[in-house]
Amino acid sequence: MTGHRAIDQTAVHMAEAIRTGRATSYEITEAHLDRIDAVDGEIKAFLHVDREGALATAAEVDAAIARGEELGPLAGVPIAIKDVVVTKGMPTTAASKILEGWIPPYDATIVERIKTARMPILGKTNMDEFAMGSSTEYSAFGKTLNPWDTGRIPGGSGGGSAAAVAAKMAPLAIGTDTGGSIRQPGAVTGTFGGKPTYGSNSRYGLIAFSSSLDTPGPVSRNALDAALLHEVISGHDPRDSTSIDAPVPQVATAARHGASGDLSGVRLGVVKEFAEGADAAESGVVDAYQSGVDRLVKLGAEIVEVSCPSFKYALPTYYLIAPSEASSNLARYDGVRYGLRSGDDGQRGLEEVMSLTREAGFGPEVKRRIILGTYALSAGYVDAFYGQAQKVRTLIKRDFEAAFDQVDALVSPTTPFIAFKFGERTGDPYQMYLADLYTIPSNLYGGPGVSVPVGLSEGMPVGLQVMGPVLGDDIAYRVAAALESTQETPLADTAPEIGK
Amino acid sequence: MTKLNTYEAAMAAYEPVLGLETHIELDTNTKMFCGCSTEFGAEPNTQVCPVCLALPGALPVANRAAIEATIKIGLALNCRIAEWTRFARKNYFYPDMPKNFQTSQYEEPLCEDGYVDVAVDGRTYRVEIERVHLEEDTGKTLHVGGATGRIHGATESLVDYNRAGIPLVEIVTKPVAGTAELAPEVARAYATELRDIVRSLGVSDVRMEQGSMRCDVNLSLNKPGDAWGTRTETKNVNSLRSVERAVRYEVRRQSALLDGGEKIVQETRHFQEASGETSPGRSKEEATDYRYFPEPDLAVMEPSREWVEELRASLPEPPRKRRERLQAEWGLADKEMQSVVNADAVELIESTIAAGTSASGAVKWWLGELSRRANETGAELGALAVTPAQVAELQGMVEDGKLNDKLARQVIDGVLAGEGGPAEVAAARGLEVVSDTGALEAAVEEAIAANPDVAEKIRGGKHAAAGALIGAVMKTTKGQADAKTVRELILNKLT
Repeated sequence: MTGHRAIDQTAVHMAEAIRTGRATSYEITEAHLDRIDAVDGEIKAFLHVDREGALATAAEVDAAIARGEELGPLAGVPIAIKDVVVTKGMPTTAASKILEGWIPPYDATIVERIKTARMPILGKTNMDEFAMGSSTEYSAFGKTLNPWDTGRIPGGSGGGSAAAVAAKMAPLAIGTDTGGSIRQPGAVTGTFGGKPTYGSNSRYGLIAFSSSLDTPGPVSRNALDAALLHEVISGHDPRDSTSIDAPVPQVATAARHGASGDLSGVRLGVVKEFAEGADAAESGVVDAYQSGVDRLVKLGAEIVEVSCPSFKYALPTYYLIAPSEASSNLARYDGVRYGLRSGDDGQRGLEEVMSLTREAGFGPEVKRRIILGTYALSAGYVDAFYGQAQKVRTLIKRDFEAAFDQVDALVSPTTPFIAFKFGERTGDPYQMYLADLYTIPSNLYGGPGVSVPVGLSEGMPVGLQVMGPVLGDDIAYRVAAALESTQETPLADTAPEIGK
Repeated sequence: MTKLNTYEAAMAAYEPVLGLETHIELDTNTKMFCGCSTEFGAEPNTQVCPVCLALPGALPVANRAAIEATIKIGLALNCRIAEWTRFARKNYFYPDMPKNFQTSQYEEPLCEDGYVDVAVDGRTYRVEIERVHLEEDTGKTLHVGGATGRIHGATESLVDYNRAGIPLVEIVTKPVAGTAELAPEVARAYATELRDIVRSLGVSDVRMEQGSMRCDVNLSLNKPGDAWGTRTETKNVNSLRSVERAVRYEVRRQSALLDGGEKIVQETRHFQEASGETSPGRSKEEATDYRYFPEPDLAVMEPSREWVEELRASLPEPPRKRRERLQAEWGLADKEMQSVVNADAVELIESTIAAGTSASGAVKWWLGELSRRANETGAELGALAVTPAQVAELQGMVEDGKLNDKLARQVIDGVLAGEGGPAEVAAARGLEVVSDTGALEAAVEEAIAANPDVAEKIRGGKHAAAGALIGAVMKTTKGQADAKTVRELILNKLT
């Protein structure tokens, strides 16, 4: 792949070029739109493209720069947004038929911040319906293909954002991560995915899957680009009661620091239990990950084995809490106020129409989780399931807090396996759920986790995850950027060329 | 036809257990979880936003003023204020509930374990409060195209979400036993006391007819010595008077069923304002499983003890204390004061006195003529189309001798008919005491001449006999004479 096209640059370079007049936002934005036209017919990363809107914003940025205005660090750099984030006047479906055709009358807080940062919005990216899945196979509007091998999944739920960035249809994208939906797609597409500390990025306008776990964050091709986007969207939001009112960690500074390649004095933990059990990572993934750990050690990091005994309950805990919250969060889709309405023939009663609407509007995985969650919250079962899961979540939090007393950050493979082939795991939900085995803990304890490309296995990208303590996003970025510094060519730039 | 016992027969055989669940809409400026206005009566769906319409992605933020108001209510009801409390989701599908869950409180209410003392027939009953919690109201559904306005037979349902998300405080009593035949009065006295307490706090206008206070009445009956019976919950009770009526009706209905060997079905019933009956609604046996769980979109609340004490110190004089003070100021006997309270006339009388009339004058009108008018039409006293200031003006005209009681009642007719204030009505209807002494004297002479035997008795010292002559004079003057003046004229002439 060549490195001279506008779309091959990092977001940081694009912003710099726009600021200094070496390029215009308009031409950079247009180059990405043209790239979408050229390759997205094959990849299918986008559900909606807003050429006019993106170019209009780009032209405004160029005009502002011509007037000598001081703009933010990513002004003029185009961005794609996962279709679970609400965008005023632009269709937002969460890849569900139940929201097909809905045009939101308001912007999510993070979209407002992206607009304030003057970033042209290219469009909305595909995902598993309501962010439930690890492959985008559960999108109601067709699957997204992995640019590295179009026979394979791009990860999920944010496969669209990851594939768009991997295929250079966008330098940056927004993802959301409930159990790994930013990081696992990052790992399997050779891109960078950052899940911030829960509560540091506003959820207002993020279509809820699991309220206590959902976290929006950046998708990019390198740590610094992601860090800059993180700083654009994060910070306290009074409209989100779970938003943390604390200073945003200086992640861009940390990424620059990490890029210097010095990790001396940094203690990195390896969770003993991650490697145990029948469901541990496949060997090619472990090898690539281990090579990354070795490189981190060469940069001065000290590796410490830590124990999180409750880890073995993380997956089942997640699959009780997330569906429980989802069963309630998705109750509002009933055809009464917006979105799909099915069976309203003037004869049927209200309840039947609501029921038919949900029957027709939700896909199989969403229904499965609604049923799971409804069951887990039902009278007679709630203590044994939802209640017990909350207790275990507390234990997991304690385990990880204890680990961070010993180390600065934890490292692991992002996901146990490389991008699998389409259809390989749809028959057995548990096999699909395993994709998030290593990413779920940070959602449960609330801390940051980033996935950075570390190497290849069977020619497919492998990600290394760095987890930090709550509000320790900076250390995660520092370690990730340090790992990047050990690669001559960023892995993202070695993807096979598509669209030829 | 529903079989009913007489109330007396029911009470001879059974003991009632009461329970009241009261919902009060707070009059905060904005809704519970968003910034929309709470004003009553706006065009449908004009006070809505992404949050209260439950658009995808919208999130709630709790209204601090509503939390403060709820703590005040809890303190006024002698409750313990939680140090750690949170919201919970109550999940069920209903079209007027945008999220298809209600944000409410479950295991951790804001206030717990309080009480209210109410006096009925000179006895004090302590009604214990189980909990006071904060939640949000639903929208309103309008079923059109049918004959009844209910969903059955309707061709369309319209939903107004203006009310959706208005802060709602739910106050639940513990079961109230031991009231015997006074159960209806105790229920009403509790509801009245609760309303007065909340009103005194200034956190709600607590108007049952507008729905800003809604009472659900739980009632069960048991034979003396037996365990408590199965209860029914009567909703749609829209006035204080109806609280009493609903209890009375359920006592009569349930006792008749029990007498016939039937079982009481645990169910929700609806009170019918017109007939005073209750009719079956949703059966609790097929009750929804609400799948409560802590609301993950809202932060836990930890009201600081300093804040709670600050609020406690700011509480106004409790209505019960205030009533005792007013009773002493007005010089009323216990029974009279009880009548004032029962008639819901404390504020009305207080305002009337403030408008410049005597306590006895204010009490006389509100408990007498005006209560009678209210009872005739089934309206609450406060809903009559006459203001305390007008009552004060009326009494002033009587005291000045411009009106006698009979004329004053006709003036009230005019005021209630919307013809204007007392002076205007008196002028427009020509209602004024005949003060022309010449005409009066002529009438008196005429009456004496027509009743020589009565006149003779008076001359003989039986002044009480003057009444017959006064009546005659009133007849000729069509009532427009001042009885006192007439009496003086008669006595002057004959003694």
